Amino acid sequence: MRSTSDEWNEHSLTSSNAVPETVISVHNLGKLYRIGAQQPLYYRTLRDQLNGKALAPFRAARHLLGRNGSSNGNGRGSSNGNKTRTNGRSETIWALKDVSFDIEQGEVVGIIGRNGAGKSTLLKILSRITEPTEGYADIKGRIASLLEVGTGFHPELSGRENIFLNGSILGMRRAEIQGKFDEIVGFAEIEKFIDTPVKFYSSGMYTRLAFSVAAHLEPEILLVDEVLAVGDAAFQRKCLGKIGDVAREGRTVLFVSHNMAAVQRLCAHSIWIEAGQVNAYGKTSDIVDDYLSTATATIPADKWLNLDHANRVGAGGVRFKAFKYSVPDLQTDTAMSSEPLEFSLEVTSDAQRTVGSVAVTICDLHGTRLINADTLSFGKSFRLTEGSNTLKLTLETLHLNPGTYMVGLWIADPIAGPFDYVDAAGRIEVSKPPHNGIGQTPDDEGLIPCSFHLTAG
Amino acid sequence: MSSLVSDVSYSASVARSHAGQTMRIAPSRGWVSLKFGELWEYRELLYFLIWRDIKVRYKQTVLGASWAIIQPLFTMVVFSLFFGQLGKMPSDGIPYPIFSFAALVPWTFFANGLNQSSNSLVGSSNLITKVYFPRLIVPLAAVLSGVVDFAVSFAVLLVMMFFFGIVPTLNFLWLPLLLLLAFIASLGIGLWFSALNVEFRDVRYLITFVTQLWLFATPIAYPSSMLPQPWRTLYGLNPMAGVVEGFRWALLGTNTAPGPIIAVSSTVAIIVLITGAFYFRRMERTFADLV
Repeated sequence: MRSTSDEWNEHSLTSSNAVPETVISVHNLGKLYRIGAQQPLYYRTLRDQLNGKALAPFRAARHLLGRNGSSNGNGRGSSNGNKTRTNGRSETIWALKDVSFDIEQGEVVGIIGRNGAGKSTLLKILSRITEPTEGYADIKGRIASLLEVGTGFHPELSGRENIFLNGSILGMRRAEIQGKFDEIVGFAEIEKFIDTPVKFYSSGMYTRLAFSVAAHLEPEILLVDEVLAVGDAAFQRKCLGKIGDVAREGRTVLFVSHNMAAVQRLCAHSIWIEAGQVNAYGKTSDIVDDYLSTATATIPADKWLNLDHANRVGAGGVRFKAFKYSVPDLQTDTAMSSEPLEFSLEVTSDAQRTVGSVAVTICDLHGTRLINADTLSFGKSFRLTEGSNTLKLTLETLHLNPGTYMVGLWIADPIAGPFDYVDAAGRIEVSKPPHNGIGQTPDDEGLIPCSFHLTAG
Repeated sequence: MSSLVSDVSYSASVARSHAGQTMRIAPSRGWVSLKFGELWEYRELLYFLIWRDIKVRYKQTVLGASWAIIQPLFTMVVFSLFFGQLGKMPSDGIPYPIFSFAALVPWTFFANGLNQSSNSLVGSSNLITKVYFPRLIVPLAAVLSGVVDFAVSFAVLLVMMFFFGIVPTLNFLWLPLLLLLAFIASLGIGLWFSALNVEFRDVRYLITFVTQLWLFATPIAYPSSMLPQPWRTLYGLNPMAGVVEGFRWALLGTNTAPGPIIAVSSTVAIIVLITGAFYFRRMERTFADLV
């Protein structure tokens, strides 16, 4: 008890405000990944291990004997050895390094940063899904994490059954789920279909139900990762509202998002993570401004951008591998305002599949969605072969004025929901075509170009 | 058991402050405790995962519950034909069909449990990468959900016994313990394989192969009484030898008193389970990164 109070005195010296209780305290947290370890197609096999270890003595023996005659085997052996040695040293990456911060009870803190900056890794460590490599975090209170909605949902089970299954996976007690059952069903607006297997649900119903269960979690600390990226705009608003309610009830929320508008609305403070480290921690308005003003490289036209390390949600099975964009019949580095824009999407599928919806979204840097070119509106499905597929989606006219925009990619089955959704695949630059008459572009251009004329009356 | 190894991730004394529980998230090193307390806290999740496995299995298949019977029943028919009729295999004075079926019922429980649990972690990667819970629950649920299949095929066994006019002895009462032994063996091996399977994906092929060999390394198609003593007792090093001989003794009244075999089998099974559980916990920290 004594040591505890000493600890607190010490703490209050360093912090200017000693009254609220610190509920999350992170100290020099670090996470080392082997490169490739996160890629699903890469895995070690026992055979590799045995080859590596069991043959080592033979290689050593051969080396000692100095048999240059069989240079074939010798050469291969030693080059393998070198490779594993360099593997051990250089092919690792610190996804997080020396991350420290404190969060007080009742705060809603945004975590922003680029793809691959380490935001999700941080959340995974705090959720205890993966262990840190160094450092530690102290967490006070019941914690729940929402890295995805509908974790563990089974298509064959009914809505009712999935509520209980998903609730218990998220850490709710059976009695608790029972008590909130009607509320959950009501929020999701699926009363009539509660005993229907969820495989017959529309993707909207599915998402509503999944979020509804999650929204009725009552942890003291809630960690949320990008889950609001799914669903239509109205439902997203409803979800944001629910998170706002959670915050007003005095619970602590950590909120990872690319949607700057949402972060600004919900979070008083934000942490900006850059290359695995805390770049800045402070008032959200300042942090977001700084973040948006840092020149992030935009992708040049006609250059394939690999998406292996992109932040994504979805069931998997089908994945965006890479994408590029180009302006048909035009040599250009950027997308062109009021010209067509063609996206080439490389998609890998683990099986032959029929897919109902492919979409390219374009958002402004605040995360407001400006364009959603979704093939769902055609009401036609198309086939993917097993392995690699290339799809071309062309916007006939890009109604955007010059500026920097974020491209998102989505591929989904209309019933089972998204296979893969990369909401921030890359930034593109839109510029004005050169042949634009003699007129001048006003300094403060609007977002959307429009044709107009003036008549003097 | 948990006192054997100190629990690094929860050891910090400052962490337990006045407000109740502060949880410390830190890298764990070496061997870690099994955390039975936490496992108990998550018992409802265990229940729901078992319930899901059973429900989905019976909902998704055309034949539903009959799968539980088909597998051991057809193996029994094949065995009776080739080993019983053609091979004239001795069967401790019991009609060969019932002799082999009484062994196939616990064997099927063991083999399916082993298979399901070994592939369970890789199969639940969507859970493991998104939510925290004690990972031990996953293989545990996989083995336990097989109990329903066992019950169904056991009922068939009882019907067959009635048909062959075999009345179970009072030793019948030992069956729950023998089933527990099969469960321990299945989970023990399953824990080893499931953890290895996350790191080395070719373990999956090994599992199929091992189960196949194991079927014939267990006295299912033949009696262990073909072996002279001390070897017969040593046969118990295969935990399923003890289970199978035990089932025959308890149900059919074969007079190969299986006491020593079962003692050896139990010891082996418990050792495999304990080492498997610790190995699993040790590897657990990398599951989410590799799976």
